[in-house]
Amino acid sequence: MATATIANSTQSTSPMIAMEHVEKWYGAYKALSDINLTVRTGEKIVLCGPSGSGKSTLIRCINHLEAYSKGRILVGGVQLGESAKTIDAVRREVGMVFQQFNLFPHLTILQNCTLSPMRTRGLSKIQAEATARRLLERVRILEQADKYPAQLSGGQQQRVAIARALCMEPKVMLFDEPTSALDPEMVKEVLDTMISLADDGMTMIVVTHEMGFARQVADRVIFMAEGSIVEEGPPAEFFTNPKHDRTKKFLGEILRGH
Amino acid sequence: MDYKFDFGPVWDGMPGLLMGCLGTLYLALAGMVLATIIGIGGVILRDSRFPPFRWLIKSFVELIRNTPFLVQCYFIFFALPLLGEQLGVLMFDFGLTDKAGNVLRLSPTATAVIALGVNGGAYAIEIIRGGVQAVSKGQIEAGLALGLHRAQVFRLIVLKPALRAIYPSLTSQFTLLTLTTSVASAIAAYELTSVAEDINGRTFRTFEIYFTVTLMYLAISTLMALLFNAISRRYFSYPVK
Ligand SMILES: Nc1ncnc2c1ncn2[C@@H]1O[C@H](COP(=O)(O)OP(=O)(O)O)[C@@H](O)[C@H]1O
Ligand SMILES: [Mg+2]
Repeated sequence: MATATIANSTQSTSPMIAMEHVEKWYGAYKALSDINLTVRTGEKIVLCGPSGSGKSTLIRCINHLEAYSKGRILVGGVQLGESAKTIDAVRREVGMVFQQFNLFPHLTILQNCTLSPMRTRGLSKIQAEATARRLLERVRILEQADKYPAQLSGGQQQRVAIARALCMEPKVMLFDEPTSALDPEMVKEVLDTMISLADDGMTMIVVTHEMGFARQVADRVIFMAEGSIVEEGPPAEFFTNPKHDRTKKFLGEILRGH
Repeated sequence: MDYKFDFGPVWDGMPGLLMGCLGTLYLALAGMVLATIIGIGGVILRDSRFPPFRWLIKSFVELIRNTPFLVQCYFIFFALPLLGEQLGVLMFDFGLTDKAGNVLRLSPTATAVIALGVNGGAYAIEIIRGGVQAVSKGQIEAGLALGLHRAQVFRLIVLKPALRAIYPSLTSQFTLLTLTTSVASAIAAYELTSVAEDINGRTFRTFEIYFTVTLMYLAISTLMALLFNAISRRYFSYPVK
């Protein structure tokens, strides 16, 4: 434990996220095998791969929505899962955006954004609302603050979901197919929001098949199949010169589909 | 054929009947509040991670739903104090006996409220549980990912949409509870039916009395429906897709 603390005190070199030999089992089914992944502060990772390859499972292990079975995961130097406290600590630093938005239907847009900051960070209503308004402004949806989620389009709801996560002032943002449930004409407004977040230096892991986004934003693209990381590299190299047959086949299918 | 309607005794008894209506309303409202508390608390225990709680609530629900309400009333009114007598001194500590060790029986009204609450609560557990299960897993995960604890997720995120989803079933159960208050006349709780029985026993104007009482129950049910609608408008009127 002591060595770990020392190693992590060298801030500039310590990774934001470190996954070491991580395995995840659902009963007798191995959903993740020997995952090793290091994400530096400010790095943007795009995670792709066929359906069922374990992308969601991987990022859901990072905020402990799924408990991993083996190995270890450190977020900001905190080893996840040693106690309930570490899970709380990590969830406060890691924001997540879901495919289905998951806004709370009984709360207004503003209340969606202030709920957790007031309950978990002890912010006053005035402080929480000021932060929320600033971030709703940032995702260009402030004028909808007093509406309910059902009154917004899918693209608007997803931008609110991003703002809601940002209200916790996270150090890392996880995105699980954030544009997959959207009508095509709404994809761009959400991707633009994510690009601007990336430009501001946010550490991001994005599960997506939007290869244009990957080319523009990603520092590294990671390809998964059958619960393992098959290949990774900077987008230029990954797209033009994939090494594994699985990757080539996957890219072929993706590009044909677009 | 030569029966002559005579609403005179009903009219004379009107103050009592109106007080009876108030008694019925009191039993119904207090019973519903207790049933709601038992319903929500029961759902939390029913799906807790501690198996004995789950088992306890499951048995409670089965017990209540498979025995008659009247027997439950008698049990609380007569049997519980006797049980208490056997436990003697212990019951004094809980305020259920006086210093001489005499069993203090619950008042008929208190018994009726407890019986209505416990009975309605058992049904409410099953109904509310259905609503909780209808809330998508994504809602819970979004709450957890925002750093809220399980209890906060339940209270702040799950509960309201869950209650909204089953509100029609819950209110029809509570309308039934309102009408079931009349069974409490069997233990002489103060409510409309026992007042009616009393007047009937003195005047034998059976038709007139129960005709009037029927209208009064209709009025009480209507009042409840208005209350349920007002609550729905106040708490459950947010738009959904
Ligand atoms: N809760 C679960 N229980 C059992 N199996 C699961 C569960 N969640 C995911 N899986 C399985 O794990 C594998 C990986 O799933 P997932 O991470 O969702 O894949 P992806 O996001 O890449 O489509 C799939 O085969 C899926 O069926
Ligand atoms: Mg997935």
